Amino acid sequence: MYRYDEYDQAIVDARVDEFRDQVTRRLSGAMTEDQFKPLRLMNGLYLQLHAYMLRIAVPYGTLDSRQMRLLAHIARKYDRGYGHFTTRQNIQFNWIRLSDAPDILAELATAQMHAIQTSGNCIRNISSDQFAGAAADEVADPRPVAELIRQWSTFHPEFSYLPRKFKIAVIAADEDRAAMRLHDIGLKLVRRPNEQGGDLGAEVYVGGGMGRTPMIAPLIKDFVPLGELMGYLEAALRVYNRYGRRDNIYKARIKILLHEIGADAYREQVEAEWVAVRDQGIDPPAAELERIAAMFAGPAFDPAAPDAVDRSDPDFAVWLDQNVRAHKAPGHAIVTISLKPVGGIPGDATADQIDLMADLAQAHSFDELRVTHAQNIVLPHVRKDALYGVWQALRDAGLAEPNLDLIGDIIACPGLDYCSLANARSIPLAQKISRRFAGRERELGELKLKISGCINACGHHHAGHIGILGVDRKGTENYQLLLGGSGAEDVSLGKITGPGFDEDGVVDAIARVTDRYLAERTSGERFLDTYRRLGMAPFKEAIYG
Amino acid sequence: MADPDGNGADAPTLLRFRDDDAHDEPAVTLDAFAAQPDATAVRLEAGDDARALLPALARLQLVEVSFPSFRDGRGYSAAAVLREAGYRGELRAAGDVLVDQLPLMRRVGFDSFAPEAPLDAEAARRALDRYDHRYQPAADAAVPVWRRRHG
Amino acid sequence: MKLLTGNDLATGDVIWWTGSGWSRHVAEAADVGEGGEAILQAEEGARRVNVPYLLDAVPTPEGPRPAHIKDRIRAAGPTVRADLTLTPADPQAGSWVI
Repeated sequence: MYRYDEYDQAIVDARVDEFRDQVTRRLSGAMTEDQFKPLRLMNGLYLQLHAYMLRIAVPYGTLDSRQMRLLAHIARKYDRGYGHFTTRQNIQFNWIRLSDAPDILAELATAQMHAIQTSGNCIRNISSDQFAGAAADEVADPRPVAELIRQWSTFHPEFSYLPRKFKIAVIAADEDRAAMRLHDIGLKLVRRPNEQGGDLGAEVYVGGGMGRTPMIAPLIKDFVPLGELMGYLEAALRVYNRYGRRDNIYKARIKILLHEIGADAYREQVEAEWVAVRDQGIDPPAAELERIAAMFAGPAFDPAAPDAVDRSDPDFAVWLDQNVRAHKAPGHAIVTISLKPVGGIPGDATADQIDLMADLAQAHSFDELRVTHAQNIVLPHVRKDALYGVWQALRDAGLAEPNLDLIGDIIACPGLDYCSLANARSIPLAQKISRRFAGRERELGELKLKISGCINACGHHHAGHIGILGVDRKGTENYQLLLGGSGAEDVSLGKITGPGFDEDGVVDAIARVTDRYLAERTSGERFLDTYRRLGMAPFKEAIYG
Repeated sequence: MADPDGNGADAPTLLRFRDDDAHDEPAVTLDAFAAQPDATAVRLEAGDDARALLPALARLQLVEVSFPSFRDGRGYSAAAVLREAGYRGELRAAGDVLVDQLPLMRRVGFDSFAPEAPLDAEAARRALDRYDHRYQPAADAAVPVWRRRHG
Repeated sequence: MKLLTGNDLATGDVIWWTGSGWSRHVAEAADVGEGGEAILQAEEGARRVNVPYLLDAVPTPEGPRPAHIKDRIRAAGPTVRADLTLTPADPQAGSWVI
């Protein structure tokens, strides 16, 4: 993974000093809250329902055991002993004091971590595929490109006061494991012959997103060679910074700009801007991408690692089949650690659990972990002969729920229990659903259920096979049910079933939906497939009669 | 803060990073500028297109870019566009200009500042001196880190 | 009744105007009636509160109960972590919020 050199470290250290200065001036009254808010947001510090919340960046979801242990330490020292992993591969702490924030950032900097641009109207954490570097289907590891973009976008002087937040995702396989099409800019690395001799470049999708007006990003540029990608992104962002709407926060994302002027007009403007910036030397030389890529070359996998796994423990076998995926190297496997115990809070982990995951990564995954956008943790490189021991350790720590991509693997935003933007609570609903279907997950099969506590859609409910949106209905919590969304390469946006429900009502509605699915499915069909085959009508009828 | 250009007690406080004398012609609107072939100073509102000035770059000596709110980042692109096009005259950020935006504004090419509220000079100096390294090239003279790495 | 609330600038704690100062406990919150805006401006100006706002509440024997569930959650703590609320030992705390 990426290791800072003296320049990266100097930049992050200067940022700590800058934020300390800003906090001092805020606390003294030299700065108003209005002046301070964008600055603290650009350091990941929200003022939430109960306290300040700090969102720490996990660049493209990758971290090592040392960094994981530091997060556990921060949870204990500065927070209440736990952290929350997010749908953008970051981690959040909910009980932070402003007066501690500079010290926390200083501690993070000692382990090459930061909270830079994890909020605010700027370019956010670059997300990527949680199986990068381990999956056989990628054309290349997408993370070096993500790192290149991270550096280009950090404190970008022209793009720090955009109309709204800006989210970029990078993948490198046909299977989209990062919901790439639902980002402001989605990049898919592909191989194609070109005049430069080298053949790696990106398909560029612009204008995806969820929220009040969900949209799937159209293809804007069919192929940009990697050596020209930063310049192209510069042009793409400049058009947005100049012409994105600033009059209405619900119409300020780039997806609205594309929708209003049309993808063709946007594409033309970017091309024109690209001509203008071409001579500015924005693109780093190939040597820089090579330097970064060398750090992602990956461990030396033992070619003699045995392929066989002893399945005689039935509980282990269930977990093996559900949470363990094939690795590109024989004798190895990709492990997903579920942070969704039955009845638990999705995405939360205690400091002790975080330490345990660090230990397992160090001992069994070449010291690497990933955070997934489904709020789970991945050990990307585990020897098959170590799987049983890893599972036992996870089981003893409550981290071995075998529910990857099943109905219990719920994505949920923190909701009204934590978030000042929310209209309804999402976590108690997730807990109820989880308990209601406990024991039936495998019967139902792949079923990605996502809950957002408000229209900002941090729970990605539009991309759920079953999605739930919390709304405020005359002062009480109410829930809309959506069906048929997908954030994978078969991307689609969920459709609302009809009138909303209270908390127990939506759980019952989901039970009726799944019963109908079981009655109608043909062999091998996931819920999503049955829904796509039959349409909304039979499910609507099952719910409402 | 101190009034380095001696403009007088009622004049707006100006922070300036140029060796030449402050331009004394008032900045006119973009529309007026287009209609006056001898004007040398123009004011761009946040939504104005900086590229409209490109045909007149040679005679321009002062471009003032309005920041109605420090959160409105359009002025940064206006500055970048003008510097990329070769504009070497005074490029001034005016309005809701605060200490913490000065470093980024300098990077995109602003070399003078007319904030509507006085700035803390010490805080401004700290802000401007803080970063030794920058990740990306911009209109300023900063060498991007990747060039230091590879020459 | 009308309550005045906000956050402590340095700690982020949720605080309630008691009539003479600020408390973390909504049970001690005072009815500011029609004069809330003036108190809000004064306290914010003196930096004794951050992002203050006024809200509706109903008086109860246990003290003021904010009208909106969001404010009740702010007052009590997350409904899903009794141990993180202001009254972790109180078995009735959840029903007060909901």
